[in-house]
Amino acid sequence: MSAARLSLTHLTIRFGGLAAVDDVSLSVAPGTVHGLIGPNGAGKTTVFNLVSGLLAPSSGTIMLDGKEIEALPSWSRAGLGLARTFQNIRMFAQMTALETVMTGMHLRMKAGPVASILRMGRFRTEESAARDRAYEILDLVGLSQSAQLRSGDLPYGDQRRLEIARALALEPRLLLLDEPAAGMNPSETQQLEDLLGRLKQQGYTILLVEHDMHFVMRLCDEITVLNFGRKIAEGRPEAVRSNPQVIEAYLGTRVAKSLAGGS
Amino acid sequence: MPEFVLPEVIDDFLFTYQNLVYSLGIHGLLALSMYVVLAVGQLSLGQAAFMGLGAYASALLTLKLGWSLPAALAGAMLIPAAAALIIGSPTLRLSGVYLALATIGLGEVQRLAFVNSDFTGGALGLSGIPTKAGLVSIYGSLLVALVLLVLVARSKIGRAMEAMREDELAAGALGINLPAYKLGALVASAMLAGLAGGLNAHVSSFISPNDYGFDAAVTILSFALLGGLGSPFAPILGAVILTLLPEVLRSLANYRGLVSGSIIVIAVMFMPRGLLIWRMGRIGVSSRRPS
Amino acid sequence: MLAQQLLNGLVVGSTYALFALGFTLMFGVLGVINLVYGFYLSLGAFIALFATQAGLSIWLALPAAALTTGVIAVVLDGLLLTPLRKAKAPELSSLMVTLGGTLFLYSLANLLFSTDIRRFPVGVVDATAYDIAGMRVSMTQLLIMGAVVVMVSALLFVMRGTRLGLGLRAMAERPDTAELMGVDSASLVRLVSLICGTLAGACGVLIGLNYNAIQPYMGEVMMLKGFAVIILGGLGDIRGALIGGLLIGMLETLTAGYIASTWKDAVGFVVLVLTLWIRPSGLFGRLAAKRA
Repeated sequence: MSAARLSLTHLTIRFGGLAAVDDVSLSVAPGTVHGLIGPNGAGKTTVFNLVSGLLAPSSGTIMLDGKEIEALPSWSRAGLGLARTFQNIRMFAQMTALETVMTGMHLRMKAGPVASILRMGRFRTEESAARDRAYEILDLVGLSQSAQLRSGDLPYGDQRRLEIARALALEPRLLLLDEPAAGMNPSETQQLEDLLGRLKQQGYTILLVEHDMHFVMRLCDEITVLNFGRKIAEGRPEAVRSNPQVIEAYLGTRVAKSLAGGS
Repeated sequence: MPEFVLPEVIDDFLFTYQNLVYSLGIHGLLALSMYVVLAVGQLSLGQAAFMGLGAYASALLTLKLGWSLPAALAGAMLIPAAAALIIGSPTLRLSGVYLALATIGLGEVQRLAFVNSDFTGGALGLSGIPTKAGLVSIYGSLLVALVLLVLVARSKIGRAMEAMREDELAAGALGINLPAYKLGALVASAMLAGLAGGLNAHVSSFISPNDYGFDAAVTILSFALLGGLGSPFAPILGAVILTLLPEVLRSLANYRGLVSGSIIVIAVMFMPRGLLIWRMGRIGVSSRRPS
Repeated sequence: MLAQQLLNGLVVGSTYALFALGFTLMFGVLGVINLVYGFYLSLGAFIALFATQAGLSIWLALPAAALTTGVIAVVLDGLLLTPLRKAKAPELSSLMVTLGGTLFLYSLANLLFSTDIRRFPVGVVDATAYDIAGMRVSMTQLLIMGAVVVMVSALLFVMRGTRLGLGLRAMAERPDTAELMGVDSASLVRLVSLICGTLAGACGVLIGLNYNAIQPYMGEVMMLKGFAVIILGGLGDIRGALIGGLLIGMLETLTAGYIASTWKDAVGFVVLVLTLWIRPSGLFGRLAAKRA
């Protein structure tokens, strides 16, 4: 039990009278990729916001490495090793890609304000080391060619990978990826899948929200399915794929959408 | 200190334009004080109030206690810093709107306090402040502030500040302690504005409670918005332009409010990065990869 | 004496409540602090002043000035805020734009009308006073309280009892969802500006009547009290604005009566800072924690 990297117990949040996340429990084992899927509005991003500290739960607990974190602000959670990306990319648009990744190392850099401002030796050593490490991370995500470009000017797919790089700079114990493949073309998606595969090999623990079903099935060790804020299934990808409740949840929305004239 | 003699041309120039030269430096400091807060994505409308607190504190310290200029200026920085802590601590945990509203209030209540207290000279203000400050103290302060802010910008602190301004949520998710940074920025900003106020009091010899109101606060904001936030040089450029403009176009002096107001509207809507769009790098060492 | 003070405080407080109501509604539904709001108050007062000088009775001048202000508010909102709303600019950008706009408008009014205090023509302000249980109540005070009660009830009825109110509340809760539900946000924005401008305009006329003094910067003074009221009441909280307005009005009158009238204008700020320290979510604790 305490071996879980992340465990949510009876997690619930209500907006007004409506429960957006309703009594959800799940646990993510270290070194695994765990998928969180479900139709639109199922509460996946809300779970992410609860875990990363942008929302406070109405009830339930969130444990990272056995430590309760639900009362901590987002920056303290980052200090415990929680990193995330966002569904709608959140770039520091004016910064270069290199600066963006170095910002992710904020917590790792120990030089105090005085040392930093007065540019003491320690600061310079640390700053050079951070820059070198940032280049390595950019290599890993395949962006070192763009290190000096403005983040906001990068193509969409690159921005998504830069967001992952920024999160990796934290050296996270748990990486939350919110729809990393959203809006990507097939070749970008392939690149991303390769990247996530490499991260998995390196032993990163990942909680992943994603719409692209094939992507999730190929990558995840374990999957949890949400619908209307409730957990309706969990298990290994093949088991989840054939779960009738899951099929109904997805089919249901598709039918409803076509009835409403949407796409 | 050895006496040195300025060439006559410069001497004449300084004599004629002394006030203007002083205001340029003081406005530069005020613009920097605004920059520090805007740089972390917050809006303070208390810069004029902090300036007023600094002016009154230092003037009273020299007039009533006979303190030396450096000591009085230290007082001019500490008193506004305390005010910034009182206002900032509760508000900076909330959305940015709260700080803006609370600091507008600070300006007004401070005016009221100065007007109604005999100790501060009431509505007439304080006069006979020794004119101990001058070119060296004003431009020396400006230079020190500028250098410090450039160094801050090029460190992890500068990166954290820019990250907060660009996207507070993402910055928080990277472990940047948002309330601590915001409070630090507000206090530093109050100290800079207080210093500007103290220097101003000690060159003009007279201060009145109505100099530090809403209009002054908005004018200071217009310095920074016109110049931009890409580097600490930008807000100073804004201050220089907006200080010289009414001098060059005398007829504009009566329309100061109209000008500052329109500049803010135009800057926010059409040139959100200001006039000086050059952005200073946020890395303290060479950004190139060692081969 | 105390009863008389409280009554005067109630009258002043009801104008604060009315003013803060539009201010907080604007924040609650549109999500912006519109600093031009204070100027609408001055505008309403001036329009009513000119209307009565032209011979209109106050009974017509009041609604006419209020509605005209409302229409101008719609136009100004369209010029200053709609472009930013479309660009999804950060919250503080809209605050800054309205700040610049405010300075511009006040400076303009100052150039046009000067800061001299103007008064309504003789006879507009009814000086008749009645003796009720030992308290003096003037006709003007009755008019003010009557007008405030009528407008507040109308607004509460709209917010609580109509489909329109439902749409407004939906927009305040979750703007994107409201749009999905088929709420036409652009026309709601205009409607809210109209309502808020009208409230501020009416409030300006009433305050002008209460003190019989009108000058361009009257809205700026009021704005500071408005901040205190909406923070005490909780940003976006209608009930909080009403009760906060009455409370601050009465506190001010008591301060003027028992401490010193010069300190009355500091009451709002002291309340504001205390609220932030003790209970930042305001009286009824609806924390504005809308994020992500």
